[in-house]
Amino acid sequence: MKYLCLAYGDEKKYAAMSKAELEEMGVKCKSHDEELHQGGHLALIASLAPTRSATTLRPLNGKTVLYDGPYAETKEQVGGFFILEARDLNEAIQAASKHPAARIGEKMGCAVEIRPIEFFEATGAIRA
Amino acid sequence: MKFLVLAYYHEKTFEKTSKEDMEAIVAQCGPLDKALEATGNLDMVASLAATKETMSVRPRNGKPSVTDGPYVETKEQLGSFFLIEARDMQEAIRIASLHPAANLGEKMGWGLEIRPIEFCRAKEIAQSV
Amino acid sequence: MENPETASVLAKVEDVYRLESRRILATLIRLLGDFDLAEEALHEAFRAAVEQWPQDGVPGNPRAWLVSAGRFKAIDGIRRRARFDENAEAMARFYEDQGGAQGDAPGDSSGEAGEPSGTGEEGLEDDRLRLIFTCCHPALAPDAQIALTMREVCGLTTEEIARAFLTEGPTVAQRIVRAKAKIREARIPYEVPGPEQRPERLAAVLRVLYLVFNEGYSASSGDAVARPDLSGEAIRLGRLLVELLPEPEAKGLLALMLLHESRRAARASESGELILLEHQDRSLWNRDLIRAGSALVEEALLSRRFGPYTLQAAISAVHAEAAAPEATDWAQIAGLYDVLLKADPSPIVELNRAVAVAMRDGPEAGLRLIDGLLVKEGAEEKLNEYHLAHSARADLLRRLQRNSEAAAAYRRALELTQQEPERRFLEKRLSELDASP
Repeated sequence: MKYLCLAYGDEKKYAAMSKAELEEMGVKCKSHDEELHQGGHLALIASLAPTRSATTLRPLNGKTVLYDGPYAETKEQVGGFFILEARDLNEAIQAASKHPAARIGEKMGCAVEIRPIEFFEATGAIRA
Repeated sequence: MKFLVLAYYHEKTFEKTSKEDMEAIVAQCGPLDKALEATGNLDMVASLAATKETMSVRPRNGKPSVTDGPYVETKEQLGSFFLIEARDMQEAIRIASLHPAANLGEKMGWGLEIRPIEFCRAKEIAQSV
Repeated sequence: MENPETASVLAKVEDVYRLESRRILATLIRLLGDFDLAEEALHEAFRAAVEQWPQDGVPGNPRAWLVSAGRFKAIDGIRRRARFDENAEAMARFYEDQGGAQGDAPGDSSGEAGEPSGTGEEGLEDDRLRLIFTCCHPALAPDAQIALTMREVCGLTTEEIARAFLTEGPTVAQRIVRAKAKIREARIPYEVPGPEQRPERLAAVLRVLYLVFNEGYSASSGDAVARPDLSGEAIRLGRLLVELLPEPEAKGLLALMLLHESRRAARASESGELILLEHQDRSLWNRDLIRAGSALVEEALLSRRFGPYTLQAAISAVHAEAAAPEATDWAQIAGLYDVLLKADPSPIVELNRAVAVAMRDGPEAGLRLIDGLLVKEGAEEKLNEYHLAHSARADLLRRLQRNSEAAAAYRRALELTQQEPERRFLEKRLSELDASP
């Protein structure tokens, strides 16, 4: 089974962090990241640019309308995502728990959300 | 450059949509999906199980703590996503505009969020779920 | 494109996973002292097998190789973590010492992995029992015992368990996460209980097995009469338990499950209607299962240390021996219910005994007993809310041709049942009564 994992965080709190704090967090993240990669469940991992660079498209009266920013203005936003290959939901939870957002950054609104993938199709370079 | 496109929907309204209304929308999805695929810019498409199948893990005192359900309880939830290869945001918008959620399902809260990817690492991925 | 030789080795890895992964997991939990760590190690071990077996060949003892590989990988992982966790290095050393003399670890190209001490055949069998007893530990919530047993011992996925129990994946996932946390935090020991605790702990294991079986055999709600997968899993687990721990009551429960299972093909019509024992086409009963079940009952009874499961199985075996409903030895059944009532008194047993007495001595005698049970004070009041009590009563009234009373009792039963097939059965009985003068 494949699972999409969304890594959340509070962008405002990130923005307010000092350079020293960010560096300290980066060091901690690195070891957790390594563990996540060693686990052998990771199919793809990516980090996203902040939501200020997001564009939203919505249908309105039969036309596509563009908006600047994310689809929903929530405090916590998706900052990265990864796709896991796991035997079942519990194995996915175990693997996802190694991601830094499940370990550190409690005060930064960090979390990982795990969503089972129902349909999947890969093309191009990442196809097996 | 790669872009992640998140497709949202209003879960409650979606559940209440009549079979006929749904069929009418689905009938229009086919040609849009084909056009999107024909661009050749799609790297990956996937749809997700309903949010009742979702789990969240968050740090609590340095340890991961597991709860049922999505992390942020909003009206609109993520229903599917796709990954596109595009030169810039302008091209990403043009490609994503072909997706059904940019054209249909206004009443169900359909919509797309395009996010530039800063860093991406993938191994070869098996086709199947 | 991989060559055919590689493909056949990979097929072998899959075979070993299917047949041995639970045993290997059971041993890794003992060696590593933690469920999560052991599951990761299991995953790593099979990953190593997929990489190495196509080149180095399949080892002579794949199970020992995988145990050794899993343990090695786990220690390696803890070592890596040691760079940011001070305790980890001490942990790694502890695990290394625990395993005793380490054989050639996979990753060494020097050849086949040796067996670390404690991974011998005898130890492995004990490990499976350890795993069963730990998953069914009474300190875990009943739902958690079931979920954990189905996943760790039977190897079902979280999603399969959720489907079988008609619930959501996250609900089951959460139960498993909590159960493992409790095992870790409350230090629930990974062991086969000693003789003193064993009867009580075995009873907990048997309860889990029987719950799983019944969930598969008579779904507590929903439209299908049965979900066969769960019954099959419970029987498989029952066989394993008897093999590992041949206690009379374990045999009794396995016998009971086999005897119930023997009637599966006869207990529902093609349209899914429930068919009572007396109306079943006995030629559809599975003779092999009956023979196996009856033999186990006999073994258990001879031990003289049997309990309620053995007695229920004995009753079921008496039914199975009757070529036709009229040939049923009701005197023996009523006698067995008398013993069962002493061993494990419950309103349901009383009710069943009343039905047996009705068959032995006539409907009036049975009706007198049931009416007595329904007006009893206290816990027995629950019987009043039990649909089978009213449908049994209705049946006796019908036989006595007290039709309006029978109809009222069927209606009461209908109010209380939640099962669709049961409802249809009761409605059918009611309409037959209405049709008769």
